[in-house]
Amino acid sequence: MPGLLARHREASLSDILRAATAWELQSMLAPYIEKKTPIEVIGSGSKARIGRPMQTAATISTASMHGIWMYEPTELVMSAHGGTPLVQIEAALAGNNQMLAFEPTDIGPTSGGARGTQTIGSVFACNVSGSRRIAIGAARDHLLGIEGVSGRGELFRAGGRVMKNVTGYDLCRGIAGSWGTLAILTEVTFKVLPAPEKTATLVYPDLPDDIGVELMCAAMRLPYEVCGTVHLPKNVAGRLEHSALADQGHAVTALRIENFEKSVDYRTQAMREALKVYGDPLVIGSMNSLEFWGELRRLSVMPYDEATCLWRISTAPTMGPKVVASIRRHMPAEVMYDWSGGLVWIEVPASADAGSSDIRRAVAVHGGHATLIRADASVRASVEVFQPQSPLAERLMGGLKSVFDPMRMLNPGRMYANL
Amino acid sequence: MSLAMPLPDKATLARSAEIIADLKRIAGEVAVIADEDGRRTFETDGLTAYRAMPLAVVLPDTTELVAEVLRYCHREKIKVVARGAGTSLCGGALPLEDAVVIGVSRMSKVLEIDYDNRFARVESGITNLAISKVVAEEGFFYAPDPSSQLACTLAGNLAMNSGGAHCLKYGVTTNNVLGAKVVLMDGEILELGGPHLDAEGYDLLGLMIGSEGQFGIITEATVRILRAAEGARPMLLGFASSEAAGACVSAIIATGIIPVAIEFMDRPAIEVCESFAKAGYPMDAEALLIVEVEGSEEEINDRLAQISCIAAAYNPTTIQVSSGAAQSAKIWKGRKSAFGAIGRISDYYCMDGTIPLSRLPEVLRGIGEICAAHKLRVANIFHAGDGNLHPLILYDANDEASAERAELAGAEILSLCVEVGGCLTGEHGVGIEKRDLMTKQFSEAELMLQMHIKTVFDPDWLLNPGKVFPLHLTRDARSSSAA
Repeated sequence: MPGLLARHREASLSDILRAATAWELQSMLAPYIEKKTPIEVIGSGSKARIGRPMQTAATISTASMHGIWMYEPTELVMSAHGGTPLVQIEAALAGNNQMLAFEPTDIGPTSGGARGTQTIGSVFACNVSGSRRIAIGAARDHLLGIEGVSGRGELFRAGGRVMKNVTGYDLCRGIAGSWGTLAILTEVTFKVLPAPEKTATLVYPDLPDDIGVELMCAAMRLPYEVCGTVHLPKNVAGRLEHSALADQGHAVTALRIENFEKSVDYRTQAMREALKVYGDPLVIGSMNSLEFWGELRRLSVMPYDEATCLWRISTAPTMGPKVVASIRRHMPAEVMYDWSGGLVWIEVPASADAGSSDIRRAVAVHGGHATLIRADASVRASVEVFQPQSPLAERLMGGLKSVFDPMRMLNPGRMYANL
Repeated sequence: MSLAMPLPDKATLARSAEIIADLKRIAGEVAVIADEDGRRTFETDGLTAYRAMPLAVVLPDTTELVAEVLRYCHREKIKVVARGAGTSLCGGALPLEDAVVIGVSRMSKVLEIDYDNRFARVESGITNLAISKVVAEEGFFYAPDPSSQLACTLAGNLAMNSGGAHCLKYGVTTNNVLGAKVVLMDGEILELGGPHLDAEGYDLLGLMIGSEGQFGIITEATVRILRAAEGARPMLLGFASSEAAGACVSAIIATGIIPVAIEFMDRPAIEVCESFAKAGYPMDAEALLIVEVEGSEEEINDRLAQISCIAAAYNPTTIQVSSGAAQSAKIWKGRKSAFGAIGRISDYYCMDGTIPLSRLPEVLRGIGEICAAHKLRVANIFHAGDGNLHPLILYDANDEASAERAELAGAEILSLCVEVGGCLTGEHGVGIEKRDLMTKQFSEAELMLQMHIKTVFDPDWLLNPGKVFPLHLTRDARSSSAA
């Protein structure tokens, strides 16, 4: 039954309340708090089908709270309202040759959400990071300050606008990745970085998964600041559409270098030499590189498909192929390795449990975490979507939830049943 | 000095002998320090103006033993102060007379190094620099580099979320830790994260780091190790004013260059550091920048040339690229020993506010005025790239009035940092030092929220009490948590 109810909720998003200011958000929230009726929290709603289905009376969106209100390029810092579309943030940054270095992945469309609509608040709320994470850190590493409304209906701030700040506990980190279950982010202040002058990608063809991962790990051991390492096995590489690497007909292992032009040229040459046992790479320049990494960022090689479920596995890089091999003993799987093998996107046939028990067992053996990103609501209601936690961690997480949201008002049950 | 600590619990003090006997039974004779001379070693930390003799000191050598001692203290409701090397500049490791100090210094083993997966798993009593040393043979390093890195332990770095001179590029402690083994006050052992990059669930590890020893005692950590660049070289840029130096930093960043470090010193700091390190700092400059870049020889030359071009617009009095490894080492020796060098000429009180870089000139002016008004001298050292300011207020520790003025001036400087959009502490932590200033930066409700989180990890508030929050608020928080 929870599954049916959830499907109903997912289908009708007509009763979305849109707050334009933090104050308005508090007023909208008040009657629900009074009645102890939980609500769903969204930005644009592009990730609404990720997580456990919820039973909520209404949806509150931050999408009407938008706009960049502070941007200091020379201090590498920006502040925006939580509902500001990511595309707007990135356009403003591009105007100053800057970027969000953690290049958040557009994960919504893989589960049927709208493409290119995610808000900056949701990026931090869900701690969404892309390929550059391996070199530069996750979304939460770039979050400097927040303003939010807790499940108590209280407006609070944490962190600030400066890069080094250890004044009090690090609430920003605690809230990043909490999927709207602790607070609704009304403002976020974050670190930005200069965009590189040039990008090059070394593309090694036709390597098996384990050798691809070995190559990526070897590249990260070199002093050339490789800032993107992905391996697409043949079938998934075949799904590349727009970039220079479409229609290659074989696996693709790609290493990205960014810097000033002379450095990129020098490092490309130095890497070729250092990694020559893996063959001679195809080197693609800035334009083609941006297109290729952009395609990966959109996760378009893992498109929405009701016939399959999609998992996201975080493990130690060298464990990536081992986890996949273990899973493949039980079911067919299409995979993409990011973060040198440490992030595995794995697509398996749709089933009643989305392969959960075999996948979680493989992860338990090799270490790491698995999250179910795409599955029918009834499946997401019956298996753990997020990695199950130890009883002790569960108790502490429950305690944190009670501090911010004692009545379980915000996205109740989206991550774990008791949160 | 003026900050009061919570009054010791008389009943606990009365049981001292019994508690010490129990601790010896649990941890063994050699792991417990109970004699007066032995305890005196632990009575203070880097904030030496404050002292308190702990009831006892325990130095366990395993996580399990830490757990046993904590379980005992939890049961007996005895306060605990965790300690690394005791280098905290904010009184973070200051003991209490009715508290047991648990030091991690005997747990300093390297447990695992994995270069392919780029992590090292170590016990938390290892010193910061020892991690880099052990992975140096493969060209790797552990990035956060607080000035005390020779002595400070990883445990202390984790508790305070320490930074260093190279954070601009590599981030602070929290950005470089993947996992931890933590003992909670009730003796339960919590395992967080691991060699993988992103853990699901609430970021308990992120909350633990920087919790100033108030959530648990970290006994083991998995830290990110990075391959070092082919080379690195600093250059010196001298300017006739701090405004020019600040504007030059902004211009460098605007060009898209992120140097690995940009350090700023004002004239008093330059004079003291130069006389100590003979690094070749220009003595005619009002402000000095040490800018370091990384890469191959050619890349370094290119980048330094580019920076020289940018700096030229700000009429530098000196542009001098390090001549080689020996001078580079001297340049950094001067900077990294700045606190020690200043300590040779005067007692000093080291502040740690962070400000938005654009407000640098007015903040430096303000600091000058504040110190002048209190008849004190000040030297400014500043991680300019990330806005982290270290004014060193010079005073005479033997003159109580001078010490009090230094403390007042410090509080005014930190208030100024908050007023311009910065914060009270960039990398040293709150400890006792900035405890009573927290209301300048946060509302009482916001502090209450933080304190309720403390209660989740340590419901009886036994871990490192009396720090981080104004005492009167902690009483309110505890009674409202209990309600």
